[in-house]
Amino acid sequence: MSEFENLAGSDKELQEFLMIEKQKAQVNAQIHEFNEICWEKCIGKPSNKLDSATETCLSNCVDRFIDTSLLITQRFAQMLQKHVGE
Amino acid sequence: MAAAANMEKGELISQVKQQIALANAQEMLAKMTHKCFTKCIQKPGKALDNSDQRCISQCMDRYMDAWYLVSRTYGNRLQREQYRTMDSMDMSN
Repeated sequence: MSEFENLAGSDKELQEFLMIEKQKAQVNAQIHEFNEICWEKCIGKPSNKLDSATETCLSNCVDRFIDTSLLITQRFAQMLQKHVGE
Repeated sequence: MAAAANMEKGELISQVKQQIALANAQEMLAKMTHKCFTKCIQKPGKALDNSDQRCISQCMDRYMDAWYLVSRTYGNRLQREQYRTMDSMDMSN
Protein backbone atom coordinates (compact mmCIF):
# COMPACT_ATOMS: atom_id res chain seq x y z
CA MET A 1 0.00 0.00 0.00
CA SER A 2 2.86 2.38 0.82
CA GLU A 3 4.19 2.41 -2.74
CA PHE A 4 0.80 3.72 -3.82
CA GLU A 5 0.76 6.27 -1.03
CA ASN A 6 4.01 7.71 -2.39
CA LEU A 7 2.51 7.97 -5.86
CA ALA A 8 -0.55 9.76 -4.48
CA GLY A 9 1.70 12.67 -3.56
CA SER A 10 -0.34 15.78 -2.87
CA ASP A 11 -3.47 14.59 -4.72
CA LYS A 12 -6.25 14.88 -2.15
CA GLU A 13 -8.67 12.59 -3.97
CA LEU A 14 -6.07 9.83 -4.23
CA GLN A 15 -5.03 10.21 -0.60
CA GLU A 16 -8.60 9.89 0.57
CA PHE A 17 -9.23 6.92 -1.73
CA LEU A 18 -6.15 5.12 -0.37
CA MET A 19 -7.14 5.86 3.21
CA ILE A 20 -10.61 4.39 2.65
CA GLU A 21 -9.23 1.31 0.88
CA LYS A 22 -6.75 0.82 3.72
CA GLN A 23 -9.58 0.90 6.26
CA LYS A 24 -11.63 -1.53 4.18
CA ALA A 25 -8.64 -3.87 3.98
CA GLN A 26 -8.21 -3.71 7.76
CA VAL A 27 -11.88 -4.59 8.29
CA ASN A 28 -11.48 -7.52 5.89
CA ALA A 29 -8.37 -8.75 7.69
CA GLN A 30 -10.29 -8.61 10.96
CA ILE A 31 -13.15 -10.63 9.46
CA HIS A 32 -10.69 -13.29 8.28
CA GLU A 33 -9.27 -13.51 11.80
CA PHE A 34 -12.73 -13.79 13.40
CA ASN A 35 -13.78 -16.43 10.90
CA GLU A 36 -10.69 -18.49 11.62
CA ILE A 37 -11.17 -18.36 15.41
CA CYS A 38 -14.94 -18.84 15.39
CA TRP A 39 -14.79 -21.67 12.87
CA GLU A 40 -12.76 -23.63 15.42
CA LYS A 41 -15.23 -22.82 18.20
CA CYS A 42 -18.47 -23.43 16.34
CA ILE A 43 -18.13 -25.78 13.38
CA GLY A 44 -18.08 -29.53 14.00
CA LYS A 45 -18.47 -31.54 10.83
CA PRO A 46 -19.33 -29.42 7.76
CA SER A 47 -22.80 -30.35 6.46
CA ASN A 48 -25.00 -29.05 3.67
CA LYS A 49 -25.91 -25.87 5.50
CA LEU A 50 -25.23 -23.89 8.69
CA ASP A 51 -27.93 -24.76 11.22
CA SER A 52 -29.32 -22.06 13.50
CA ALA A 53 -27.33 -23.21 16.57
CA THR A 54 -24.12 -22.83 14.55
CA GLU A 55 -25.18 -19.43 13.25
CA THR A 56 -25.91 -18.26 16.81
CA CYS A 57 -22.54 -19.59 17.95
CA LEU A 58 -20.69 -17.74 15.17
CA SER A 59 -22.53 -14.50 15.85
CA ASN A 60 -21.97 -14.72 19.62
CA CYS A 61 -18.33 -15.61 19.04
CA VAL A 62 -17.64 -12.36 17.18
CA ASP A 63 -19.37 -10.22 19.83
CA ARG A 64 -17.72 -12.02 22.77
CA PHE A 65 -14.31 -11.75 21.14
CA ILE A 66 -14.76 -8.00 20.77
CA ASP A 67 -16.03 -7.76 24.37
CA THR A 68 -12.95 -9.67 25.52
CA SER A 69 -10.67 -7.37 23.59
CA LEU A 70 -12.33 -4.27 25.06
CA LEU A 71 -12.21 -5.68 28.60
CA ILE A 72 -8.54 -6.57 28.32
CA THR A 73 -7.69 -3.13 26.97
CA GLN A 74 -9.59 -1.42 29.81
CA ARG A 75 -8.14 -3.57 32.56
CA PHE A 76 -4.62 -3.32 31.17
CA ALA A 77 -4.89 0.48 31.20
CA GLN A 78 -5.98 0.27 34.85
CA MET A 79 -3.05 -2.02 35.67
CA LEU A 80 -0.64 0.45 34.05
CA GLN A 81 -2.17 3.37 35.97
CA LYS A 82 -1.81 1.49 39.25
CA HIS A 83 1.87 0.85 38.62
CA VAL A 84 2.53 4.46 37.61
CA GLY A 85 0.88 5.56 40.86
CA GLU A 86 3.28 3.46 42.97
CA MET B 1 9.34 6.73 -11.28
CA ALA B 2 8.66 9.05 -14.22
CA ALA B 3 6.53 6.34 -15.83
CA ALA B 4 4.59 5.93 -12.58
CA ALA B 5 4.03 9.68 -12.34
CA ASN B 6 2.51 9.59 -15.83
CA MET B 7 0.08 6.83 -14.83
CA GLU B 8 -3.51 8.00 -15.12
CA LYS B 9 -5.24 8.47 -11.79
CA GLY B 10 -8.02 6.15 -12.91
CA GLU B 11 -5.48 3.46 -13.77
CA LEU B 12 -3.84 3.80 -10.37
CA ILE B 13 -7.18 3.54 -8.60
CA SER B 14 -8.13 0.47 -10.61
CA GLN B 15 -4.75 -1.19 -9.93
CA VAL B 16 -5.07 -0.62 -6.19
CA LYS B 17 -8.58 -2.11 -6.16
CA GLN B 18 -7.39 -5.15 -8.10
CA GLN B 19 -4.43 -5.76 -5.80
CA ILE B 20 -6.60 -5.50 -2.72
CA ALA B 21 -9.20 -7.89 -4.16
CA LEU B 22 -6.46 -10.34 -5.09
CA ALA B 23 -4.89 -10.20 -1.63
CA ASN B 24 -8.30 -10.83 -0.07
CA ALA B 25 -8.95 -13.83 -2.32
CA GLN B 26 -5.50 -15.28 -1.53
CA GLU B 27 -6.13 -14.92 2.20
CA MET B 28 -9.53 -16.59 1.82
CA LEU B 29 -8.07 -19.52 -0.16
CA ALA B 30 -5.17 -20.04 2.25
CA LYS B 31 -7.42 -20.15 5.32
CA MET B 32 -10.06 -22.28 3.59
CA THR B 33 -7.45 -24.81 2.49
CA HIS B 34 -6.05 -25.09 6.00
CA LYS B 35 -9.44 -25.41 7.70
CA CYS B 36 -10.93 -27.84 5.20
CA PHE B 37 -7.88 -30.05 5.07
CA THR B 38 -8.01 -30.26 8.85
CA LYS B 39 -11.73 -31.09 8.86
CA CYS B 40 -11.82 -33.51 5.96
CA ILE B 41 -8.54 -35.36 5.68
CA GLN B 42 -7.91 -37.39 8.80
CA LYS B 43 -5.60 -40.06 7.43
CA PRO B 44 -3.96 -38.88 4.19
CA GLY B 45 -4.20 -41.68 1.61
CA LYS B 46 -2.87 -42.15 -1.89
CA ALA B 47 -5.48 -39.82 -3.42
CA LEU B 48 -8.55 -37.74 -2.52
CA ASP B 49 -11.47 -40.16 -2.78
CA ASN B 50 -15.09 -39.15 -3.51
CA SER B 51 -16.03 -38.63 0.12
CA ASP B 52 -12.90 -36.47 0.65
CA GLN B 53 -13.88 -34.34 -2.34
CA ARG B 54 -17.50 -34.00 -1.20
CA CYS B 55 -16.39 -33.04 2.30
CA ILE B 56 -13.99 -30.43 0.93
CA SER B 57 -16.70 -28.96 -1.33
CA GLN B 58 -19.19 -28.73 1.52
CA CYS B 59 -16.53 -27.34 3.82
CA MET B 60 -15.72 -24.57 1.33
CA ASP B 61 -19.41 -23.63 1.06
CA ARG B 62 -19.82 -23.58 4.85
CA TYR B 63 -16.63 -21.55 5.25
CA MET B 64 -18.04 -18.91 2.88
CA ASP B 65 -21.43 -18.98 4.70
CA ALA B 66 -19.60 -18.45 7.98
CA TRP B 67 -17.56 -15.63 6.44
CA TYR B 68 -20.69 -13.72 5.38
CA LEU B 69 -22.32 -14.21 8.77
CA VAL B 70 -19.21 -13.05 10.63
CA SER B 71 -18.95 -10.09 8.27
CA ARG B 72 -22.57 -9.03 9.00
CA THR B 73 -22.15 -9.51 12.75
CA TYR B 74 -18.97 -7.42 12.76
CA GLY B 75 -20.59 -4.70 10.63
CA ASN B 76 -23.58 -4.52 12.98
CA ARG B 77 -21.28 -4.34 16.01
CA LEU B 78 -19.23 -1.53 14.49
CA GLN B 79 -22.45 0.40 13.87
CA ARG B 80 -23.67 -0.17 17.45
CA GLU B 81 -20.34 1.04 18.84
CA GLN B 82 -20.53 4.09 16.59
CA TYR B 83 -24.04 4.98 17.81
CA ARG B 84 -22.92 4.44 21.40
CA THR B 85 -20.03 6.84 20.92
CA MET B 86 -22.34 9.39 19.30
CA ASP B 87 -24.85 9.09 22.17
CA SER B 88 -22.23 9.66 24.82
CA MET B 89 -21.10 12.79 22.95
CA ASP B 90 -24.62 14.23 22.79
CA MET B 91 -24.41 17.68 24.50
CA SER B 92 -28.10 18.53 24.18
CA ASN B 93 -29.14 16.32 27.15
